[in-house]
Amino acid sequence: MRALTWHGKHDVRMDTVPDPEIMNPRDAIIEVTSTAICGSDLHLFDGVIPGMMPGDVLGHEFMGRVVEVGPGSTLKKGQRVVVPFVISCGKCFFCERQQFSACDNSNPAEKQDLSEPLYGHAMTGLFGYSHLTGGYPGGQAEYVRVPFSDVGPIVVPDGLDDDQVLFLSDILPTGWMAAKNADIEPGDTVAVWGCGPVGLFAIQSALLQGAGKVIAIDEYPGRLALAKGLGAEVIDFTQTRVREALMEMSGGFGPDAVIDAVGMESHGWAPDAIMDNIKQMVGIGADSAHALRQAILAVRKGGRVSIPGVYGGYLDKFPLGALMEKGLQIRTGQTHVQKYLGELLHRIGEGQIDTTFLISHRLPLEDAVRGYQNFRYNQNEWTKVVLKPGTEVRA
Amino acid sequence: MRYAQGYRNRPDYSKALLVLGLGLGAVAIGYVVATRKPNNSVSFRPEDDAPTRTGRTKPAGDAAVVGRTITINRPRAELFTFWSDFSNLPKFMQSIESVGVDGDIATWKVAAPMGRSVQMETRITANVENEVLAWASTETSELKGAGKITFKDAPAGRGTELEAELSYVPPLGEIGVLIGKLFQTDPLIQGRRELRRFKMLMETGEIATNKNHKTQE
Repeated sequence: MRALTWHGKHDVRMDTVPDPEIMNPRDAIIEVTSTAICGSDLHLFDGVIPGMMPGDVLGHEFMGRVVEVGPGSTLKKGQRVVVPFVISCGKCFFCERQQFSACDNSNPAEKQDLSEPLYGHAMTGLFGYSHLTGGYPGGQAEYVRVPFSDVGPIVVPDGLDDDQVLFLSDILPTGWMAAKNADIEPGDTVAVWGCGPVGLFAIQSALLQGAGKVIAIDEYPGRLALAKGLGAEVIDFTQTRVREALMEMSGGFGPDAVIDAVGMESHGWAPDAIMDNIKQMVGIGADSAHALRQAILAVRKGGRVSIPGVYGGYLDKFPLGALMEKGLQIRTGQTHVQKYLGELLHRIGEGQIDTTFLISHRLPLEDAVRGYQNFRYNQNEWTKVVLKPGTEVRA
Repeated sequence: MRYAQGYRNRPDYSKALLVLGLGLGAVAIGYVVATRKPNNSVSFRPEDDAPTRTGRTKPAGDAAVVGRTITINRPRAELFTFWSDFSNLPKFMQSIESVGVDGDIATWKVAAPMGRSVQMETRITANVENEVLAWASTETSELKGAGKITFKDAPAGRGTELEAELSYVPPLGEIGVLIGKLFQTDPLIQGRRELRRFKMLMETGEIATNKNHKTQE
């Protein structure tokens, strides 16, 4: 089959690799009909996530048709399913408590040794996201083997298009959980850093969960326009002093809750961001977190800090003093996708949530490399790329 | 001109002096820190409640002791029954190539570095239903060691806490331990992976793999 593979920093290629087979009783094989490039794939593209090996198949946002099932799968051939990017067994302590992204059993035993010393506990298995999370071949391919297929994939009705439901795999539940983690009370003011796909879904989710006002922060006019379209007020950080503006736009309180939808590759020209970026460049492994620092200083006393943005290592100059002295609560984590799927699919079906506004480009899978380059270097216009296996590349 | 040339050729000691100065400063600070009398000195420390294997110093003796506790979301009796039947063990223990059982005596073929294998013969030393299972190598065993698995109910209905403890005399002593680590046949590495596989098999009915086809290495 054809698949998008990683070969090094800024080096991804279309390769032919062997088709997957059923390996375990609860497996299913999915023929991919739509698969997206995620902002977190850019962390892999930029080489800032450890544990990648040349030839790894990327992609963790995908859906398709079931073409083969193991004896323990509850899926049937021909069903259309969206597959969560988190692989969860459904049987362990964590899965029973719906903390699916903390599943104990999906990361292969020998791979768990990689992340245990790094984080104190082994990470859960994810599709296409380095060997720290299992080294599972990902979804930017024609076929994917889906382990624990009786727990993860959600069957979608034929009345809904791929574009309407594809983002159930990651970014929609991630934005939804980001807003849940902000514990929004009716009328709250919520500030969201980053108007990428997760930030935009966090804005939409915060409003649905009762926020009175959402303030979105980014620098790209294209992305800020999308945020405005969802009902947010916007701040362009290249024009405006963000913390001062947030104070003025929230009655001098500061936002009740803040959401960092930027993560470890935060950029800009603030001194701390420049230092972080230099350290990342020379490989001394600090995460860049200007947005998070700013969010912690901006949030009101006793407020909530939600971090859906991805971080991988250590952080310098973390304003722990502000966190303690202001009595803040901080919540984060990889998304417990399976927990939110049913409710979100229902809301999509009811027309409460639209996901299609986000898609700026649809490309054949064969054109994936071009998709990565543009998504990385033309963020203003390329907000979300969906890849379609089996479609022709147009010249 | 000539003066300038001569000046340039003179060795410049300023950097060396700076490094030396910083070095002396660091040594002085280190000395003060190391010899500082702690504010609260403790003259007697009773033993704490942590397992011996988590101690900061290695216990005396030739044997290396490793162990690990894991919680498995299944009833104690089910886990004990599965484990007591030694023929089940190669299902999740990749280091065990085969096992033969004759009463209390079991003969194991254990994978060793460079594709070799070593024989181990053990005798059951304790067998308390649903609680403990222990074994030790016999006189004629090639590999020397002992093991004990303890099964306890986990708190708050979380299933079973399984504690595995292995002591073994590494062939070639300390060097043997290093070789084992290098080839990942060290009992601590092997042991923790096998416990994870046991947990996977018991909780999910299968052992997670990222391999995509059966012929993959």
